[in-house]
Amino acid sequence: MKESAAQRRWRSYGPPIILILGLLVLWEVLVTWQAVPPWILPAPSQIIQAMWQNADLLLPHVLQTMKQVLLGLGLAIVTGVALAAILDLSSWLRRALYPLLVASQTIPILALAPLLIIWFGFGLTPKVFIVTLFCFFPIAINTADGLTAADPELLALLHAMGATRRQIWRKVRLPASLPYFFSGLRIAATYSVVGAIIGEWVGASQGLGIFMLRSANAFKTDQVFAAIVISSLLSLILFGLVFIAERALLPWYYTSQRESQWV
Amino acid sequence: MSNAHLAVNQISKTFYDNGQAIPALAEINFSAGAGEFITLIGPSGCGKSTLFNIIVGLMEPDTGEICLNGQVLRQRTGMFGYMPQRDLLLPWRSVLNNVILGPELAGEDLKAARQEAASLLPLFGLEGFGEAYPATLSGGMRQRAALLRTFLTHREVMLFDEPFGALDALTRRDLQAWLLDIWRQFNKTILFITHDVEEALFLSDRVLVMSPRPGRIALDLIVDLPRPRRPNILVEPHFIELKAQLLSTLGA
Ligand SMILES: Nc1ncnc2c1ncn2[C@@H]1O[C@H](COP(=O)(O)OP(=O)(O)OP(=O)(O)O)[C@@H](O)[C@H]1O
Ligand SMILES: [Mg+2]
Repeated sequence: MKESAAQRRWRSYGPPIILILGLLVLWEVLVTWQAVPPWILPAPSQIIQAMWQNADLLLPHVLQTMKQVLLGLGLAIVTGVALAAILDLSSWLRRALYPLLVASQTIPILALAPLLIIWFGFGLTPKVFIVTLFCFFPIAINTADGLTAADPELLALLHAMGATRRQIWRKVRLPASLPYFFSGLRIAATYSVVGAIIGEWVGASQGLGIFMLRSANAFKTDQVFAAIVISSLLSLILFGLVFIAERALLPWYYTSQRESQWV
Repeated sequence: MSNAHLAVNQISKTFYDNGQAIPALAEINFSAGAGEFITLIGPSGCGKSTLFNIIVGLMEPDTGEICLNGQVLRQRTGMFGYMPQRDLLLPWRSVLNNVILGPELAGEDLKAARQEAASLLPLFGLEGFGEAYPATLSGGMRQRAALLRTFLTHREVMLFDEPFGALDALTRRDLQAWLLDIWRQFNKTILFITHDVEEALFLSDRVLVMSPRPGRIALDLIVDLPRPRRPNILVEPHFIELKAQLLSTLGA
């Protein structure tokens, strides 16, 4: 029996929706029933109310955070792809740089943030850099792997057909790496909002991170949760946008993956 | 050998694997006249693909040389039409953009190449599929697209390495008859590898039987069956005689 598109969609999206709704109801019931004070743990309904009531106040913070996220992610794409291309250029550079890149990920970025503030001041720049630090690595590594992922027989065919190295790079290796680039970008997109919030914690006057800190200091726990929910939504929206862009730019990849459950 | 299109002279090749010598080809000699259809047949591992790799320039032989129209070829990549066993279509390109790869690599006018390709789609059974991605095609159609890509390189000599090996018997028979039509229309010199004795006889002017590794030419059989050939030729007495001769050489 063949499933309809709606049935298939329900089969993949149904379980998480049911689980999330169930947990929210459980949370609401437990908090109300046990009479937990709202400054310790507000109920979901109170969080939504806080979001609604503070919408005007929240908007500039959200916009500030998004600005950092988008600039940082953009810069991460540029540096990530450039690094991948450099890694691909020579095996010497690859051997020299790869361990360095991995090591860079063992540095706690939270510890770097104050340094960046010292170097670049309290403006937009250090926050954008922090987002970039969070995001460039998955892009660089995935793209670098993607550039070596092309079918060797395909490379041989192009060579036999008289293609130059440059043509092989442009016509085979680059397009073959795009799905890898996008899976790196999806990971990066989910990190980016967290990166921006951490950047703001070190010193900022506006942004979701600052809103969270101020609300926590005032024991407005419902507002802290409101900011958390919004930052999660922002991450999800970014993830979704990358997914849509990927679909639009790599239609061939999705025709060949037609059997996958997400289609 | 003066007006032979392709001459393979004294080609030998030995591979080294962990210091162990694997002699793959031992002094292969043959020539293919202009417009000839020649099939190479031989046991698995006898060096057929290696010979093709050498001819198209992916590998250098230890000894010997490849001549085209009497000239020794040093730089051979880009000089031949070549089709490996797998279709190797670029999954991110439509059929039309796949088949113009040859002219594209040669820096020719893309618009003219697309026009020519589009006009050949019906002949290659791909009418209406120019914009389709390879993943949406059947195995036989993908193979025909790869054949069209090879023909559109406009090389005089084309090498096909088991192009129908992965297809089911029916599709295979269809494609064999069809390939003969195409070959006649385009008037190309073809070298063809197969494991299938009937396929070799049905298609070729000559069948070269290779010995087990290290490969040599054990038999150069002229297939003096009339053309055009139709599938019922498979049951004619002379076809069966030739088949027996091939099988006995292969079995020896
Ligand atoms: N790059 C290589 N390095 C080492 N050995 C190789 C290499 N390429 C081929 N060989 C060996 O050379 C021999 C001939 O290989 P080849 O692929 O040419 O055989 P073939 O006749 O095409 O076989 P088949 O009919 O199975 O395709 C095999 O024993 C193979 O293992
Ligand atoms: Mg082979």
